[in-house]
Amino acid sequence: MLCETCRERDAVVQLTTIENNGVHQLNLCEQCAAERGVETTLAKPKHPLGEFLQEVHQQVATAGAAKGAEGLRCSFCNTTMADFRATGRWGCARCYTNFEVGIRELLRRVHGNHRHVGRAYRAPVSETLERQAVLGELRDRLRRAIESEQFELAADLRDRIRVME
Amino acid sequence: MTVDLSLLPDGGVGWLDASGAHSDIVLSTRIRFARNVDGYAFTGRARDGERLRVLAQVREAVAGISSLREAVMYRLDELPPTSRALLHERHLVSKELAGLDVQHPLRSGAAVFLADGLGVMVNEEDHLRLQALRSGFALHEAFAAIDKLDRDLGARLPYSFHGEFGFLTACPTNVGTGMRASVLIHLPGLVLTKEIGKVLTSLQQMGLTYRGLYGEGSEVVGNFFQISNQTTLGRSEEELLDQLLRVVGHVVEREAEARRVLLRDAGYIIEDKLWRAYGTLRYARSLSFEEAMNYLSGVRLAVGLKLISSLSVYTLNKLLIFSQAAHLAFAEGRALTESETNLARARYVRKALEQEAGSVG
Repeated sequence: MLCETCRERDAVVQLTTIENNGVHQLNLCEQCAAERGVETTLAKPKHPLGEFLQEVHQQVATAGAAKGAEGLRCSFCNTTMADFRATGRWGCARCYTNFEVGIRELLRRVHGNHRHVGRAYRAPVSETLERQAVLGELRDRLRRAIESEQFELAADLRDRIRVME
Repeated sequence: MTVDLSLLPDGGVGWLDASGAHSDIVLSTRIRFARNVDGYAFTGRARDGERLRVLAQVREAVAGISSLREAVMYRLDELPPTSRALLHERHLVSKELAGLDVQHPLRSGAAVFLADGLGVMVNEEDHLRLQALRSGFALHEAFAAIDKLDRDLGARLPYSFHGEFGFLTACPTNVGTGMRASVLIHLPGLVLTKEIGKVLTSLQQMGLTYRGLYGEGSEVVGNFFQISNQTTLGRSEEELLDQLLRVVGHVVEREAEARRVLLRDAGYIIEDKLWRAYGTLRYARSLSFEEAMNYLSGVRLAVGLKLISSLSVYTLNKLLIFSQAAHLAFAEGRALTESETNLARARYVRKALEQEAGSVG
């Protein structure tokens, strides 16, 4: 069907207007519809990550040559910039330290900011971890005590280790 | 093993009860926090064993938390696809966690803890996705619930946190607060008056974004939009919430105004259109999901405009959830083909409307 206004382009919009309780229908092409102030497409939400990944790509291309950033690999999870570019996901918390400079710049682009101002957090001190550390130290001392034949001290250390275990 | 939803308080759909503010326009409020447990690679990079250790650690922590004492845990990795789809249709787990997303096959260690209005997804894109769901427009209530859960859990599990960047997440778009607050809102008035384009554009200018019924990547059907904060870093949780509260409050007003205009300028046309939607739902013998959603949108508007008085918003909310494919298959007790699903859907909707039909009209 041709547009009822310009009679040149295909009609893609059916404009229904209501006046005085009467319905009028008009078939319009996109341009003529736009001239009448009809939005023919919904505003698409921006996908910041898409732009973001493109930015990474560009940044790596320029900075990479100078600093060898492309070859950088996270020491904990082995994620590289190339992995991030492919998936849009970091591999672990350590990546944020290993790729810190690039990440700071990229967060600024995605969020307009790179500094967290929300709730602060302090991880709980793990009792298990602390206990393990103390036990490890006591066992070291026990080994040294036995090596240096301080048997009284060794017996004392052994008792303390037993209690903790 | 199949999923036993009867274990859940309210079947996990207490948020449908239409008890919250503006419930004829705002269906529900959801806030989620993305968190990771320190010491492990993020879920996508972790090995099976690591994900299972994360789950074990979370399980231990959850056991000590009062708001999750009655929580039910489902191991998604041990459930058949139909049960996983059921949980997803109830908005209790994400498509990714349910392994229903082509890009993300089901992961070992994928699990969810569900309690009244609260959920903890484990081994989603991040180790933890906490969520609070409330009926209607209830941002503060949802925030209070999730904030408490987060503090309780964070005191028992070491979260990955960076002094400068905040809570660390697999996707950089979630880093900082890790918070995504969203409202599921029904905007037929703005769609019919063609104001919606402007409203959605202005949302984006104010740092908010919108999605379809099922969140990220889902299409807008039945005039349902999910409006949420776009950024998660550089503003505090309270600032993000205030902004959403203000803007959504404004959208609710614009929608109410559009509905008044429709009734005033096109009274009988609108009335006719909405009753036709009701008629179709009441008598159709086969309904596709999209069709059902669109007619339900019309009937929902008619109830909001008080053109149909004896139908409750709660019934309409339930129809949205229970007329979906996995729920219909579950009710029939067997897998259904697409055409069988459409028949079952029409039957289910007819019956539900019939029950409340008494004085409709």
